[in-house]
Amino acid sequence: MNNTQIYTIKEINKYIKMRIDQDSVLSDVWLRGEISNFTHHSSGHMYFTLKDKDSRIKCVMFASQNARLKFIPREGTKVLARGAISVFERDGAYQFYAHAMEPDGLGSLYLAYEQLKAKLEEEGLFAASRKRALPLFPRTVGVITSPTGAAVRDVITTLQRRYPIANILLAPVQVQGELAAPSIVKAINYMNDIKQCDVLIVGRGGGSLEELWAFNEEAVVRAIAASQIPIISAVGHETDFTLSDFVADIRAATPTAAAELAVPHLQDIKAKLKYNQDTLTRSIQYKVSHTRQKLNNLMQSPSLIEPKRIVHKYAERIDYLQMALKSHLKGKVNKDKGTLSALDHKLARIHPEHLIKLNYNHVKRMQEQLTVSMKKQLTKQSYTFVALTKQLDALSPLKVMSRGYGLVYDESKTLVKSIKQVEVGTVLQLNVTDGKIDCEVKAIKEE
Amino acid sequence: MSNQDQISFEQALERLEEVVAKLERGDVPLEEAINLYQEGMQLSQLCNGKLKQVEAKIEMLIDTDQGITAVPFAPQANEKGE
Repeated sequence: MNNTQIYTIKEINKYIKMRIDQDSVLSDVWLRGEISNFTHHSSGHMYFTLKDKDSRIKCVMFASQNARLKFIPREGTKVLARGAISVFERDGAYQFYAHAMEPDGLGSLYLAYEQLKAKLEEEGLFAASRKRALPLFPRTVGVITSPTGAAVRDVITTLQRRYPIANILLAPVQVQGELAAPSIVKAINYMNDIKQCDVLIVGRGGGSLEELWAFNEEAVVRAIAASQIPIISAVGHETDFTLSDFVADIRAATPTAAAELAVPHLQDIKAKLKYNQDTLTRSIQYKVSHTRQKLNNLMQSPSLIEPKRIVHKYAERIDYLQMALKSHLKGKVNKDKGTLSALDHKLARIHPEHLIKLNYNHVKRMQEQLTVSMKKQLTKQSYTFVALTKQLDALSPLKVMSRGYGLVYDESKTLVKSIKQVEVGTVLQLNVTDGKIDCEVKAIKEE
Repeated sequence: MSNQDQISFEQALERLEEVVAKLERGDVPLEEAINLYQEGMQLSQLCNGKLKQVEAKIEMLIDTDQGITAVPFAPQANEKGE
């Protein structure tokens, strides 16, 4: 008893929990069962029991996980649940902690889907790097779907509407049921063998998960992955993706959308062609007219119109230079001539002949002047003489005496003009025209 | 021209756009420009020609005793369902 270890309840529960949590099977299990004692707590967590005809287990699904449920669990719902077994220490009770849950039936498909998806993803089949670009202008579009129904009609209608020049090769397949997957695989392989199509559309119209199931089957997914021809998946389902969608080069939500992806719109191409053609024409027209303009401009350049002008230019220049030369020379000669004649003049001016002539003229002029003035003088003297002679004649005392006047002189022969010159008794001589009379003064009388 | 007949529509259109872009830049010599223009017009006619081949076939593959063959196919007009 001494070596017997005694545990507390808490300790032993903790130990059990530890052992269970370490178990690799219990940490991830799938359970199939029917829901009972279902409670959706106000906290959001779900508490219920899963049971089958033999046994039962307590279950918890926390709010964060049950928010992702795609169905509403109810009393009696058969479900497939994935989760882990662990221990609730306080109650010493083990329970199932559900992480994911599907209604059973679909549930098994869902499980297969998830497992296959994980496996293929790991293989790298869904990698973006595997996706191929679609051809821009496919000549033949391969369609792998049911020959009846809306899907094939939608695809063909859309292809023809958008791009009526593409051939369409339909590989009729079953799109649901047991034979669907093998027929789809066979069609994909056949299309790859005949190599007539540039792009493949693989799909069907919308349906339930079970109806779409063929497109989740591994053989189909692998056939799509192996296809040399680019594949558009067209499984009509807006929200759920099939594995075919993941592996295809591109996924379309509907067959119509797939057809739109497969081919361009002819009108767009025609518009593009028209644009290119117009641009082509416009460009060349511009180029030609531009070049022509350039040529015209060149042809109108003076040297082309009148090549002589090049020569003319030089000729003009030569003429000009010649003229300049001439005028320069002439100027020089003229200048020298001028200098010479100036010197000539100067020389002439100082020549003695001129001076002699000048002086001769002067002398001659003086001679003439002398003669003239002499003559003038003589004439003038002559007149004066005549006048004086006349005057003299008039004044002659003889003339006066002839009229009875006589001249009285004293003894000293002085002309007596006053009584004062004489006294009584003075002897005087009286001269008359024809002789002298001696006289004596007898009386003096003053008057 | 024989090599032009064999080029795909895609190649023709691509080359046409190349030619147009080159010509539109305007820096090519005149003779080359004229050659480009001629090539462009030929490509354009080629493309248009290819677009006019509206006799596209719609065929369905069927299994026969001789193997798989293609036969003309016309989808039923008003069938409802998937």
